Amino acid sequence: MTAQDFAALSNTAIAFAGVVYVLAFLSHLVEMTFGRRVPTAADRRVHAGEGTAHEQSERPGSVATLPPTTTGAEVAAVRTETFARIGVALTVVAALLHALALVTRGLGAEPARVPWGNMYEFSVAGTFGVTALYLLLLRRYRLRWLGPVVTGFDVVVLMLAVLLLYEDAGPLVPALNSYWLVIHVVAAIIATGAFTVGGMASLLFLLKQRAVAREQQGRVRGTGYVARLPEPAVLDRVAYRMHAFGFPIWTFAALIAGPIWAEYAWGRYWGWDPKEVWAFITWVAYAAYLHARATAGWRGRSAAIIALVALATLLFNFIGINFFFGDSSQHSYAAELIVEHPPEDRAYSGFG
Amino acid sequence: MTPTTNTGTETGSAKPPGTGAGEGRDEVVLDSTPGASATTPPTPPAAPPGLRPVELSRWAWRQLTSMRTALVLLFLLALAAVPGSVVPQRDVDALAVGQWQDRHPALTPLYEALGLFSVYESVWFSAIYLLLMVSVVGCFVPRLRIYWRGMRARPPRAPRNLSRLPHSRSFEVDGPAPEALERSVQVLRSKRYRVDSADRLGDGGDVAGERGYLREAGNLLFHAALLLVLAGFAVGNLYGYKGGVIVVSGQGFSNSLSQYDDFAPGSMFDVEDLAPFNLDIDDFDVQFLREGPQAGMPVDFSADVRYRERPGAPERRHDLAVNHPLSLDGGNVFLVGHGYAPRVTVRDGEGHLAYRGPVIFLPQDSTFASFGVIKVPDAMPEPLGFEGLFLPTYGFSMETGPVSRFPDALDPVLSMLAYRGDLGLDTGAAQSVYELDKAKMEKFRAGDGGDFRVDIALGQTKQLPDGAGSITFDGLDRWVKLQVSDTPAKWLALGGVVLALVGLLGSLFIRPRRAWVRVTRRDGRTLVEVAGLDRTPGGDLAEEVDDIAGELGARRPEADERKMHP
Repeated sequence: MTAQDFAALSNTAIAFAGVVYVLAFLSHLVEMTFGRRVPTAADRRVHAGEGTAHEQSERPGSVATLPPTTTGAEVAAVRTETFARIGVALTVVAALLHALALVTRGLGAEPARVPWGNMYEFSVAGTFGVTALYLLLLRRYRLRWLGPVVTGFDVVVLMLAVLLLYEDAGPLVPALNSYWLVIHVVAAIIATGAFTVGGMASLLFLLKQRAVAREQQGRVRGTGYVARLPEPAVLDRVAYRMHAFGFPIWTFAALIAGPIWAEYAWGRYWGWDPKEVWAFITWVAYAAYLHARATAGWRGRSAAIIALVALATLLFNFIGINFFFGDSSQHSYAAELIVEHPPEDRAYSGFG
Repeated sequence: MTPTTNTGTETGSAKPPGTGAGEGRDEVVLDSTPGASATTPPTPPAAPPGLRPVELSRWAWRQLTSMRTALVLLFLLALAAVPGSVVPQRDVDALAVGQWQDRHPALTPLYEALGLFSVYESVWFSAIYLLLMVSVVGCFVPRLRIYWRGMRARPPRAPRNLSRLPHSRSFEVDGPAPEALERSVQVLRSKRYRVDSADRLGDGGDVAGERGYLREAGNLLFHAALLLVLAGFAVGNLYGYKGGVIVVSGQGFSNSLSQYDDFAPGSMFDVEDLAPFNLDIDDFDVQFLREGPQAGMPVDFSADVRYRERPGAPERRHDLAVNHPLSLDGGNVFLVGHGYAPRVTVRDGEGHLAYRGPVIFLPQDSTFASFGVIKVPDAMPEPLGFEGLFLPTYGFSMETGPVSRFPDALDPVLSMLAYRGDLGLDTGAAQSVYELDKAKMEKFRAGDGGDFRVDIALGQTKQLPDGAGSITFDGLDRWVKLQVSDTPAKWLALGGVVLALVGLLGSLFIRPRRAWVRVTRRDGRTLVEVAGLDRTPGGDLAEEVDDIAGELGARRPEADERKMHP
């Protein structure tokens, strides 16, 4: 196959991956719809007094092990479980297509290269990072409740990437032609994936916490998605784990690998370039999150909000810098924004 | 100070006796909050009227070193960094600052007063990070003391009622009590606990174990390393320098102040210390993509450089390219840009050679349409000036006028306007070589009254009107922009960050944990109780307790009475 064939295959694979993500998302939606008819953990607690056995079956997945007397609720429980499994299976298929799209994208350039040389490719690689992290940790942390959020996120981001950011496969600009592109960017992608999954968990934590508070006030008891989420403490713990995993990697990507490469390529390891400034802001924000989580009066709600703010700075760094500060950032790889400032300083061009 | 200061509040209400490493700031925070001290009689109320200076300063110190303050300072630091990415920064791009100021004359004095053009050297930004560092030190020192004490202390003794801890198991074993005790010590040691088995009561007794001391060590290392990074960064900024120079291919550069186009020394840098190297750019080669959707993108460029580290040193060669700098003692040379320098010959009205040589044109966009001026002060009878574009691949449309269609020099054309009169060079004021001061100059007119255009392809000559002279496009050179910089102490900064990362990993992933085993002899049977306490949330404590119990001879928990507190 020629490079063009690979590039075309990549585009096809990403389109199919998108379609399968949509199907996975729909499957999770159906799961939620049937789920409404299944008693929530809170309902069961009410019915069964305080039995610890029910406590155990709180996690989704073990719902189907209810006694085999066929009531409407139990049929719904089986269906919920079925569609949940279909959703996960489809996500796996979509992730494989997604991986295929990345590999062929890299082979589609002449000479072959890593598939994260521009914003389109970084979006595709970043969403793959999120999905891969979710699938890898799915069993260990029982993350199935994240399914709809992750697949929905993938659909939206891939759609935006294809519609707005698409560029044909091509060689790298010389500034990116370094093995640091692999080290620095892979670390950034993994950290971004971890922070994104962590941010999702923090967001769900806030929703769940509010729902629990309402329930305790004796108001509406939900039956939908939020009611079926694990306890706030569980969500908070997952969020913390993802952030604690992502933070050292981000430290490495932004404060070690980045500066080394910058010293190598631009002759200064830290130059307060807008991208660097925002990477630093993100680092400080996540440091604040980790500190807040260890401080009385800040853990829980405040910490989760800080995590979401930090995620916003991360996404702004990715999207905002390239578009709003394109011509003043040395990190701008978004299309042809390489406009020169005339006289004197910065009399260079074409170096990302 | 760090994410590791959970002191058992999340793992359960049971708090073990003894204050070891890892408990510091939380308590400090609670104590020093004005609201909290108002409700706790033993501590003096915060900042009441008439505090003596010593008390006031102690109160202020506690406020500053509290976790809340550290958090607020972190937020402020993040917030304060934002303007530097929005407003152009003098250290990053002095030219952009000038342009911004020209566009916003009303805002400029205000921004200048606020230090918004050099945020990262401004008083308020420095104040925030210095306060943060003081806060870190203020937290660090007491915790170092606590850690030192904790390191040398025995693991805390077992609480009276082990079953009230978050996870505990109790079971019976065969054999005498001393044997079970000895076995407990071995099991805990094999799981890398520090073990203390001094508490013996008759036949039975308690074994206490603690592990995960390195978590707090990592935590302390992380914060100490941050100070190291700051020191390295400061030294680099004070004693380093950065300069830029454009060198036409075929010409040379020697590292002295007068040769630089722009030069930004650190405030402690002595210009005498510039390393005395020199170099010549023999050749510069650039390849552009000719086809495909990204045609025009540069794929490769490199300069062939000859250099001497100091006068008289042996001459060496280097292939200078992006991501392939030339590293010398006392400075590194980077290739950061390139462009075109057309060679022109200008003859004046009297037929004399008035100017000959390459002229640097600055690229305006990715097509390398480049802007430049030619000043000919020696032309007679009147000085001449030219201003306009160099187009490496000429194209023309009615909408855009002359444009460049491709960045490579496929069909190079100079497209300029010509002027005569006073170039303004004698006023003594500094003038950019890239700008033509047209205040006292007159534009040449064509016969029809419109502008007289100088549009010449390579090798062509154009006669100016009124016999004022001629200009010839002789040839084409390329130039490279070099950046020369030296940042001392970068190894200190790098080492600091790496240490910080190591410390961070320790402080995030090492799990401080305590475990106790109690052996009692009752009615001729040996009863063993195992309990554990995690000092950070989210651990697999139950598994660990079950493991220990299993190795001591208990059955798996499914068949046993396993205690789980919510």
